[in-house]
Amino acid sequence: MADVPEVLRLEKVCKSYNVGQPVEVEVLHDIDISLKRGEFVALIGPSGSGKSTLLNIIGLLDRPTKGRLFIEGHETSKLDDAATTALRGHSIGFVFQYHYLISAFTALENVMMPLLVEHSFPDERMRARAHGLLDQVGLAQWENNLANNMSGGQQQRVAIARSLAMNPALILADEPTGNLDTKSADSVFEMMRAVNRSQGTTFLVVTHNMDLARRCDRTIEVIDGRIGTLAPANEVEPHQ
Amino acid sequence: MNTWAPFEWITALRFLREGRMQTLFIVAAVAIGVAVIVFMSAMLSSLQANFIKRVLTSQPHIQLIPPDEIARPLRTSTRTEIVSPIVQRPAQRIRSIDQWQKIRAALSEWPEIVTVSPTMSASALAVRGDASRSITLTGIDPEVYFRIVRIPEYIVAGQPRVQTDDIIVGLDLAKDLGVALGDKLNVTSATGGARVLTISGIFDLGNKGANMRTTFVALRTAQALSRLVGGVTSIDLTVPDVYAAETIALAVQSATGVEADSWIKTNAQFFTAVNAQQTSNTLIRVFVGLSVAFGIASVLVVSVIQRQKDIGILRAMGSSRGQILRVFLVQGGLLGFLGSIVGAAMGGGAYMFWHSYLRQADGSEIFPLIFEPSLYVNAVLLAALTGVAAAAVPALRAAKLDPVVAIRG
Ligand SMILES: Nc1ncnc2c1ncn2[C@@H]1O[C@H](COP(=O)(O)OP(=O)(O)O)[C@@H](O)[C@H]1O
Ligand SMILES: [Mg+2]
Repeated sequence: MADVPEVLRLEKVCKSYNVGQPVEVEVLHDIDISLKRGEFVALIGPSGSGKSTLLNIIGLLDRPTKGRLFIEGHETSKLDDAATTALRGHSIGFVFQYHYLISAFTALENVMMPLLVEHSFPDERMRARAHGLLDQVGLAQWENNLANNMSGGQQQRVAIARSLAMNPALILADEPTGNLDTKSADSVFEMMRAVNRSQGTTFLVVTHNMDLARRCDRTIEVIDGRIGTLAPANEVEPHQ
Repeated sequence: MNTWAPFEWITALRFLREGRMQTLFIVAAVAIGVAVIVFMSAMLSSLQANFIKRVLTSQPHIQLIPPDEIARPLRTSTRTEIVSPIVQRPAQRIRSIDQWQKIRAALSEWPEIVTVSPTMSASALAVRGDASRSITLTGIDPEVYFRIVRIPEYIVAGQPRVQTDDIIVGLDLAKDLGVALGDKLNVTSATGGARVLTISGIFDLGNKGANMRTTFVALRTAQALSRLVGGVTSIDLTVPDVYAAETIALAVQSATGVEADSWIKTNAQFFTAVNAQQTSNTLIRVFVGLSVAFGIASVLVVSVIQRQKDIGILRAMGSSRGQILRVFLVQGGLLGFLGSIVGAAMGGGAYMFWHSYLRQADGSEIFPLIFEPSLYVNAVLLAALTGVAAAAVPALRAAKLDPVVAIRG
C-alpha cells in the first residue's frame, strides 16, 4: 500500500462556527485522515457529529478554520477562490443526499454540466461522454427526461454519472442512499462500488447504513467532531 | 442544448424557461413600458416632422428685413438734457433694404445658403364691384420664390404664373369677392398706387386666414404699386441644414448688418412646445426605464433565492463566481431584450393603428407614417442594457453566495 499515491490528506483540521463571535463553537477537532487511490471508505457517525461539515471541507466547498488539507498533493489553504474552484471541478465529484440535479436540465445535460462549466461550449464529444456515463449507470434510455421526472434512485444514479464526468480522483457522497428504499439504495451503492473497482476512483461515502458500511474497504467513524476508530470495517463490527 | 451558446447563455435561458410565470409576467411588464415609450416617441416625432415640413415649405428658413424705425428723445444742444422725455414709437413705413442687390449677390456665394429670394410685401385693397378686401401683396421672383414656398403644390385652379398683370389669390378671397380664374381685380396699395390685375391662379394653403390675405404678384408690380421702385422689403433664404438656420442667420446678420430672422426664431413657440414635450418625454422614459429596471431586479432577486440550490450545485461542479454572475446578468439582459422586442412591436402597432385611425374627412392621411428604425433598435438595446444593469445586484448576490450555504439551501 505504501507506493499507492495519496488522494486526500487532512492534518489536524478544525472547523469552528461563529468565529469571533461570543458563542464560537468548534464542531471538528484535529481531524487526521488519509485516503489512498482506489480506496472505498465509509464515513459513519451519529447525526450532528460533523460528517457533512467534514465532507464540505474536503470538497473545497468550505474552508477549515485550522489545519491543512491536501487534494492529490496540493495544499489547498493558500489557493484563491478561482484556483480552489478549478481544483474542485477537476479533482472532486459530488453525490448529495437529496439527489441535487438541476431541474431545468435533462438527465443527459445534468451529466454534461461539469464538462460544460469547464469548456463553456457544448459539443458532440461531451454529449457522447455523458451518454456513455448514463449507459454505465443503466439510464441511457432516460437521458432526455427532465431531472424531476425520474425516481429518487434514478436521480441518484444520474448524480453518480455526473460525478464521474470530469473523471475525478475523489468522489464524495453525503448519504447518497439515505433517501432511497433498500433496493434502490443497494443498486446505487453497487453502482459506486463498480465504478470504484473498474476506474480506481477513490470514494468517501457518508452512510448510516451499517450493512453498506461493512461492504466498504474501511470505515472512518466521526463522534462529536473527532475521529473515533480508524480501522477496517470488520474490526469495528466483526462479521458474525 | 445549442452548441452555439456558451454555458452562461444556456443556463440563463433554461432558468428563464423553467420560471415560466415569472418570466412571462416580467416580459409583459417590460413590453408594456417599452410599448408606451415607442408609441409616444413615434407619435411625437411624426407630429413634429409633419409640423416642421409644413413650416419649411411655407416659410423661408431665414428672412432678412429692414430695421425698425426708432425715435430718439430730443436733447438740448449740449446733448445731455432730454427736452422731451416722452418718446412715441413711430409708425413704420414700408422701407426697402439698403443695397439689397449687393446683399443678394454676396449671399448667393455662401455655401450654406441655397436660395436667395428678394420679395416686396405691402398692404393693399382688392376691389371687385362693391366688395373690397384688404390683402397682403407679395411681390416675388417666382423662379426662386417657389423654391422656398411651394405655391405650385397648393394651386387648385390656373397656373402658378405671375407676369406683370397677373395675381395669384387664395381660395377664400376668390370666394369672398366672387371672382374666378381670368377675372380682373382692382388692386390699390396703401400708398396710393392702383392697378387692374388678372387672376392667373388660385391656391389653397389649407388655412382660411392665409387664403383670405395672401396674394402673389410679380416683384416689379408690387414695387410699382407700393411706390418703392427698385426696393424690396425682405430677402428670403433657404438653407440645406434647417436646424442650423439660427446660426446661419446670426452670421448673415453680422455680415450684412441687416436683421436676419430664422424660422427657429419666428417659430419660437413651436420649439418651446417641442422642448416641453421632449422634457416630459424624457421624464417618462426615465421613469418607465426605472420601473422596468426595478421589475427585472426584483424578479431576479427572488430567482437567486429560489435557485440557491442550483447555484450551489453549479459551484460544486466547478463553476466560478464569474460564471454564476454572468448567468444572472444574461438573464437580466434577456428579460429586457425579449420584453422590448415585444414592446417595440406593440408600440409600432399602436402607432400604425393611431395613424390609420386619424384621417382627414376625405380619408387621406393627416400625417405621413414615419418609421424610424433607430427608435426601435435603440429601445431594444437600451432595454437590454437596462436589464443587465438591473441584474447587477442580484447577480452579485448569486456570485457571492457561499457554496456550502447554497448547497444546504
Ligand atoms: N452553519 C453552521 N453554523 C453553526 N453550526 C453549524 C453549522 N453547520 C453545522 N453546524 C453544526 O455542526 C455540527 C455538525 O453538523 P453536520 O456536519 O451537519 O453533522 P452530520 O452531517 O454529521 O449530521 C452540528 O452540531 C451542527 O449543528
Ligand atoms: Mg449530514
